[in-house]
Amino acid sequence: MSAPEAEIVVKELHKAFGDRKILRGVSVHAERGSTVAVMGGSGTGKSVLLKHLVGLIEPDAGEIWVQGKRVDQLNRSDLNELRLRVGYLFQGGALFDSMTVDENLDFVLRRHSKLSRRERIEQIHEAIAWVNLPHAAEQYPAELSGGQKKRIALARAIILRPDILLCDEPTTGLDPASVRTVSDLIMRLRAERGITTIAITHDLLCADIIADHGIFLSRGRALAEGTLNELRSSDHPELQAFFG
Amino acid sequence: MRFIAYTLEQVGAIAAFAGTFFGQLFRRPFEGRELIRQMDETGSKSLLLVLITGCSIGIVLSMQSRGTLARFGAEAVLPNMLALSVVKEIGPVITSLVLAGRLGAGIAAELGSMRVTEQIDALEVAALQPFKYLVVTRVLACVVMFPLLTIACDVVALLGGYAESLLSSDLDYRLFVDQAFSSLRLSDVLFSTAKTSVFGFLVSIVGCYSGYYVRGGTREVGQAAMRAVVIGSLLVLVADVLMVRLSLILFGG
Ligand SMILES: Nc1ncnc2c1ncn2[C@@H]1O[C@H](COP(=O)(O)OP(=O)(O)O)[C@@H](O)[C@H]1O
Ligand SMILES: [Mg+2]
Repeated sequence: MSAPEAEIVVKELHKAFGDRKILRGVSVHAERGSTVAVMGGSGTGKSVLLKHLVGLIEPDAGEIWVQGKRVDQLNRSDLNELRLRVGYLFQGGALFDSMTVDENLDFVLRRHSKLSRRERIEQIHEAIAWVNLPHAAEQYPAELSGGQKKRIALARAIILRPDILLCDEPTTGLDPASVRTVSDLIMRLRAERGITTIAITHDLLCADIIADHGIFLSRGRALAEGTLNELRSSDHPELQAFFG
Repeated sequence: MRFIAYTLEQVGAIAAFAGTFFGQLFRRPFEGRELIRQMDETGSKSLLLVLITGCSIGIVLSMQSRGTLARFGAEAVLPNMLALSVVKEIGPVITSLVLAGRLGAGIAAELGSMRVTEQIDALEVAALQPFKYLVVTRVLACVVMFPLLTIACDVVALLGGYAESLLSSDLDYRLFVDQAFSSLRLSDVLFSTAKTSVFGFLVSIVGCYSGYYVRGGTREVGQAAMRAVVIGSLLVLVADVLMVRLSLILFGG
């Protein structure tokens, strides 16, 4: 059982909660620098799949490899080390709502870098300027719109310059303009930094912008896999319904 | 039967949660900054409530006891009785029950909403050790602040009792203080106040446990807060019985 070359490899993942089988043998493969979109109806276990990649959920069976390390077998400190190489954009943003925007970013930086206060402030400004919200620093998450929250959450997710970005529905619930903005940011990360991305999305506009490869989940399995055009032209009724 | 099994299961889960607390307590990083913030919040959120409670207890106790004591011609021991009942029992328990409502529910609701909005997951994947950051700090803050708030409650209750006494007789405050303190032993005062650290531990552990594992949405967060208050209050009362029993063994009646 040697470590795979690809950045992220999931083999035959099984997961049940109680007697509800959520994942029934899902496999995912993402080469370094690629972007994979995970699609499928709601409640099919897409978020559960993504959480396995950073050890938030432990599998019942199967293998999870990230950067050549077996995530489901790492000890706590190795797992935490690996987690610093991964940015995670949660569905609702998951900004710490007792902290302002810059505190949200600084909290992560302060803990995991040896930068001085001045250097941290500089990096934080750079990060929120990059998501084009330079004036949000002093605001609390509750004062931001949905799209702004997502952008700040993205800034937080990449503040440690991770190699991998995991996005859970980055554009769900946003207006079309914000969908574009957030999708463009995710795509730029790949272009500028060569980040490997796995993004769960319902959103075809978003998937079209960011992804070169798609997996369609249904009832705990991958129903189809391929480029977005291949998925789109599939004659499987479930995919046709999805792609409308 | 189902109820008993459920109760035992809950008690086991809370005990395991408390075990995790002790396991994490001495590991780095020590969240000093957050601990201070939590102590400050704990104190400032509940001080006024505790003061009002204490004042009302003192006044009512004084009013109600005077008549009873007078019937036995023992009105003069009112300060002694007031001090004994407030400091040894009523102050600690009422303060802890009030805080079980205020802080237990607050902690459960706060952690619960952090859980359902994935903030706890976000801490976890940023390797920020949410258990240490959220749970250990809150529990320690309660362990420290419960006794301090209890002292505040005791003092205000005695002041309230004295003020009420003044209305019916012009009792010299020095006499009142002398009498009040003559009936208290230092060991009683220390033990009764220190036991509220245990109450603080129980209330906050239950509050954290209820909130930390919430699944679902706002409805479940509300239920967690309610459960934290009920279980927290019950544990305070049960622990009080056990600890009073213990104090009788240790220090005698
Ligand atoms: N920690 C958990 N415990 C029990 N059930 C869970 C847990 N996490 C998710 N589930 C269930 O797994 C199913 C799939 O959830 P999810 O992955 O969030 O779906 P989606 O594909 O919409 O992201 C849902 O029915 C959800 O209730
Ligand atoms: Mg989901």
